[in-house]
Amino acid sequence: MNFLHIINQITETDPEFLNRIDTRRTAMSSFFGMGKKISALALPAFAGTMFQKAYGKTTDTVVEILNYALTLEHLEAAFYKKANEVAATLLPSEAARGAIKTIGDHETAHVKLLQNVITSMNATPVPSPAFDFTAGGTFADVFTNYTTFLAVAQAFEDTGVRAYKGRAGEIVKGGDLLEAALNIHSVEARHAAHIRYMRRNANHAPTIKPWISGKESNIGAVVQPIYDGEEVTKQATIEIVNINGMTISASAASEAFDEPLTKDQVLAIVGPFIVS
Amino acid sequence: MSTLKSDTGNRMVLDPLPRRRFLSYSMMTIGGATLLAACNKDKTDPMPSDKEINLGTDDIGILNYAYALEQLEAAFYIKVSQSTITGMTNAEMMMLADIRDHEIAHREFFKNALGSKAIPALTVDFSSIDFTKRDTVLATAKAFEDLGVSAYNGAGKLIQLADYLVLAGKIVSVEARHAAFIRDLISNGSFADNTVVDANGLDKSRTPAEVLTIAAPYIKDKINFSGLPK
Repeated sequence: MNFLHIINQITETDPEFLNRIDTRRTAMSSFFGMGKKISALALPAFAGTMFQKAYGKTTDTVVEILNYALTLEHLEAAFYKKANEVAATLLPSEAARGAIKTIGDHETAHVKLLQNVITSMNATPVPSPAFDFTAGGTFADVFTNYTTFLAVAQAFEDTGVRAYKGRAGEIVKGGDLLEAALNIHSVEARHAAHIRYMRRNANHAPTIKPWISGKESNIGAVVQPIYDGEEVTKQATIEIVNINGMTISASAASEAFDEPLTKDQVLAIVGPFIVS
Repeated sequence: MSTLKSDTGNRMVLDPLPRRRFLSYSMMTIGGATLLAACNKDKTDPMPSDKEINLGTDDIGILNYAYALEQLEAAFYIKVSQSTITGMTNAEMMMLADIRDHEIAHREFFKNALGSKAIPALTVDFSSIDFTKRDTVLATAKAFEDLGVSAYNGAGKLIQLADYLVLAGKIVSVEARHAAFIRDLISNGSFADNTVVDANGLDKSRTPAEVLTIAAPYIKDKINFSGLPK
């Protein structure tokens, strides 16, 4: 679907649209109302234009954020693609194979969605880097050892959750583009919870929970940068431990809020997995 | 980051009485659990509350909307933790207690963040839920968690301040972790099935109107959300 077609659709359902987009306020209210009329896939072409018009946020900035997200989705999609290719030997049960297939399908869908969005903004989606999922030998048996595989999967999913959160503030008031990012973000969190559940049930990490407790990775020091900062118990200067006389432990206070990671932190984390 | 209190104190002013009076006559008010309460009336219950709760406008309205949902979730898991649930293991009860504590943390956070602009405590109505049965408790928990995720996902684009958006983001992923876990307890592997994630790999979003309509049977008060941004 191209941009002109979208505009045609808009003007069909809202004949006054083109007359109204010249002021900031009406532009944004039209923007918000649009989601009901156009698919999420088509919409962001319009979103990019609106960012520029309404908030001075350049398309370049939005494309940069989208390509950042796309890079992470490439990483995840390629990781699960490889795992699904060796599922018969890597994954020990029907349930495990089903779950990894489901997650892989979502990551592939995220890649396609982001590519379409970026293309529709007349920008170029970043190509998939070449990956080394052993991270230079750190996880040498990642596709032959189920324990290693699930640990790396958890690391990627928890990183993804933190990464999306870290850039959300830059696209505040971003209408349907922001909404799509949030819709991906919570799916990554569902994945992370399930991978953790798999590790617990497989007895790889018997005490791990679907949520992040303190800054505990339940993996080892090598992935610690993914979890550093998760242990905070204050939110917007409000202390959550035993808040208002409630019995809330430091663990619960940290678990109740997932924390963002900056772009630099995320790139440092995924760097060892990217060879080109 | 400055405190939410000081932000809200400087920038947000809730509408005074006249607007509220106007809104009480508007079409936007969602009825509480009147119908359900009438069907399930228990003689020992206190009088059903019919107070109207106005969420307010702008970001304050959105924060109060989140506060209302967190009140509902916290009350549900508190009740769960106090119940003897046939078929629920001790390990499962411990995880549900974790979730209870998270929801209480969210609720109290919003209460403090909103300060004088916080809505009052909701009166919940869980009379339709059988808290002695594992499948009923988990089905309700799943509904609440998926609802919470879709509510935050739908509210994100209505938020004006980036700091509030990031805070909502910190909470929604935890709700999504809860949702995935509860779903796996019901049926392993259903953590992100096609009832919640579409072909583009996207989770659901719901508008405040949709969310509050679904939540209405569990809340005795009338929630007036007509001031929320659209």
